[in-house]
Amino acid sequence: MTKPAALSLPVPRLSASWIGGGIVVLIALAAVFAPILGTVDPMAMSPLNRMKAPSADFWFGTDTYGRDLYSRVLYGGRTSLAVGFAVAILSTVAGLAIGLFAGYFRRVDGIVMRVMDGVMAIPAILLAIAFSALLGGSLGTVIVAISIAEIPRVARLIRGLVLSLRGRMYVEAAILAGVSQPRIIWRHILPNTLAPLIVQATYIFASAMLLEAILSFIGAGIPPTTPSWGNIISEGRAVWQIKFHIILYPAIFLSLAVFAINTFGDGLRDALDQRGMKHQ
Amino acid sequence: MSSTLTSAKLLWDDQAVPAPVLSVSSLSTSIAGRGTEKSLIRNVSFDIQPGRTLSIVGESGSGKSVTALSLLRLLPPSARIAGKVRLQGQDISDLGDRQMADIRGNRIGMIFQEPMTSLNPVLPVGLQIEEALARHAVAKGAEARRRAVELLDKVRIPHAARRCGEYPHQLSGGMRQRVMIAMALACGPDLLIADEPTTALDVTTQSGIIDLLKAIQAEDGTAIMFITHDMGVVAEVADDVLVMRDGEVVEHASSFDIFSRPSHPYTRQLMRAVPRIGDMRGREGPERFAAVGAEAPSAGPQTRHLVTRDSAHKVLSVHGLSVTFRVRDDRRRLRKTDLHAVRDVSFDLFAGETLSVVGESGCGKSTLARGIMGLQPINAGSVAIDGRTPAAMRADGRKALQMVFQDPFASLNPRLTILRSLTEPMTANGIAPAEAAETAAGLMQEVGLSAEMLSRLPHEFSGGQRQRICIARALALKPKVVVADEAVSALDVSVQAQVLNLLMELQERRNLALLFIAHDMAVVERLSHRVAVMCFGRLVEIGPRAAVFDSPAHPYTRQLLSAVPVPDPARRFSTAGRADSFERPVISASARMKDLGGGHLVLAD
Repeated sequence: MTKPAALSLPVPRLSASWIGGGIVVLIALAAVFAPILGTVDPMAMSPLNRMKAPSADFWFGTDTYGRDLYSRVLYGGRTSLAVGFAVAILSTVAGLAIGLFAGYFRRVDGIVMRVMDGVMAIPAILLAIAFSALLGGSLGTVIVAISIAEIPRVARLIRGLVLSLRGRMYVEAAILAGVSQPRIIWRHILPNTLAPLIVQATYIFASAMLLEAILSFIGAGIPPTTPSWGNIISEGRAVWQIKFHIILYPAIFLSLAVFAINTFGDGLRDALDQRGMKHQ
Repeated sequence: MSSTLTSAKLLWDDQAVPAPVLSVSSLSTSIAGRGTEKSLIRNVSFDIQPGRTLSIVGESGSGKSVTALSLLRLLPPSARIAGKVRLQGQDISDLGDRQMADIRGNRIGMIFQEPMTSLNPVLPVGLQIEEALARHAVAKGAEARRRAVELLDKVRIPHAARRCGEYPHQLSGGMRQRVMIAMALACGPDLLIADEPTTALDVTTQSGIIDLLKAIQAEDGTAIMFITHDMGVVAEVADDVLVMRDGEVVEHASSFDIFSRPSHPYTRQLMRAVPRIGDMRGREGPERFAAVGAEAPSAGPQTRHLVTRDSAHKVLSVHGLSVTFRVRDDRRRLRKTDLHAVRDVSFDLFAGETLSVVGESGCGKSTLARGIMGLQPINAGSVAIDGRTPAAMRADGRKALQMVFQDPFASLNPRLTILRSLTEPMTANGIAPAEAAETAAGLMQEVGLSAEMLSRLPHEFSGGQRQRICIARALALKPKVVVADEAVSALDVSVQAQVLNLLMELQERRNLALLFIAHDMAVVERLSHRVAVMCFGRLVEIGPRAAVFDSPAHPYTRQLLSAVPVPDPARRFSTAGRADSFERPVISASARMKDLGGGHLVLAD
């Protein structure tokens, strides 16, 4: 029995990443449809119901202000996923542009990449704190700050790829045929950088979510008026030894989301690699 | 009674035909993958007698390497191997992995194609030989060190004791291959398996390695299994030849029979496709190969028109071209020094003419091609195409000069359809897409492919077909000059012959000038009008093909020509023993070209 070639995906290797992808989709759906999933206002305080353990009324319990944790975790997922997604898009687009530029036009390479090294030298957390201090803490500030911290990594990856791609014979053949430089970049170089770029984007997604949580945890990220997994954990920190459930649920969601995205990225990398091998 | 008889018979047999060192019977290998089973080799049987060499020849994918890997059991676990393998009468086909590891490198020595990747770069070569000795409990400590020096001495490495402490990168390719041979011989194996051991080497280095293997065989009586695709090398080394195709043995005969009276049609076809140096003696102009395979044009050998060499027909003029690289100084690490990759090269190329540039690796021939193409900045000299200088050339003059690259697998963008790859040069130069597509269809037919293939992706084509597509792409802008940088050296012989035929046919039809960069002297003899020889970045000799091949004037040209293995076993002994004398000639900076008449120039002091 022979299967058609198009259907012969590397199924066994992908199964783990399917599960990862599935979890990501579930968390995303939960965040998007939070209003219709039996939640209440995540900011509504109820002094009578402070620090309640999980029960039929409060599925994940309540926090120190008596706010429903189930609602807060679902709404918090919106913030965390939004940060991850926006950072993944922003930093890969900017990093791709910088990497292509530095890799293809060798004259600017030295300067651009030294600037990237300089940005890399500043810890992401310090950068974000500086930004919050300058611009005031908000979702946008956090996204921009984390994106800037992630850009050098993408730029380095793309620059390296471009350097090897521009020496390929088909690129030289295009140069000899008189194809213009923007066209060579668009047609011969860019498409061949996409597979590793997409994989890198998934890792950035996960690491941006973690960074956002860390920033919110130390109070330099999302302001307390918006729930995010990071600041829910942060608010539960004072009482975690007696009311463990307050930090338990956001922590589970955060770890699960990061783990699932990374697993998905690994599977994606393997799948795209195999495609690459076939084309060789 | 009966036992006496058998032993007497055995004794008698021993005297007639010595017992084979290796006996392989109906060896079959298949590899399992995604529910299907792919057969790699089927029913391969052969014997190798002590002191004899069996060559396994065949084109890529014929199963020659798989045969060696199967009997050594170096294939991945998903491979299923059936059949009997006997080494000195002992059945080794059902041995465990541990026992096989004891046999490999001990009773069977192995040499592979790429000596750089077969040696560990972070260990001195002497130590690596000592390890092989210690692994098989042959010698240890000081004794192993002494043996390592002896072995390096045996493979004719000068100053063996000092070389033992050197690392692989400090040795040349030929030296590294000699170290590999020393390692393979370390435990005194009964059988040596050499898989394309000289393919990555230059001809002069290759002939040294071949002579060494023959000398070792004569000294120790080692049986050798020699896998190669080069018929010249086969004629040089083999006593018996096994011709393989698609995983099956098509012919097994003595070397002399294979070359003088091949019986199988495939062997005959293969022999016809092999260019032999000296084939073209006394003939003018290039000549196509006789029909090879189904793809070949029906036209038989035919003499080609001759070239008019006057200024009106001059299409490419290279004058005093030099390319220099800044590299790190060998002796003083922090200093930089100039490496003259190409130095003061001048020549003219005329319409409809093929000029071949030959030389060994590192002689600067590819850099010369890249310099002419503008892919490499030149430090001095000038290139004029069709009478125009580089300044005026930038925009549209470039169209007149196109290139075909060596590796057909790397020179097409894997993500673009053939149509897009072919039309790209045209649309980039302002030709309407519809017209470009029409031209592309015509080009496909011109290079022997069909227009329906235009919608496919590169991975759906074989190496030969891809090279045809690359040629079509180079022709898209109707160039006057095509530079082919080792354009056929990655191809199998029969495919190589077809592509060469195509190039000659296109040249005739379009009156193309061809600058053919190559290292294979026999190929060059076949298709060139003129030949230029390069050494250390200098042009040492240039002239009409017949003059350069029949009366080479420069010592380096003579060396290059005598090192080429001739695919004729009868002529093998005439060249034996000369390899150790190969040394690169010294070329003084003051040397100038001297005219020998008839356009034949040679570099002389």
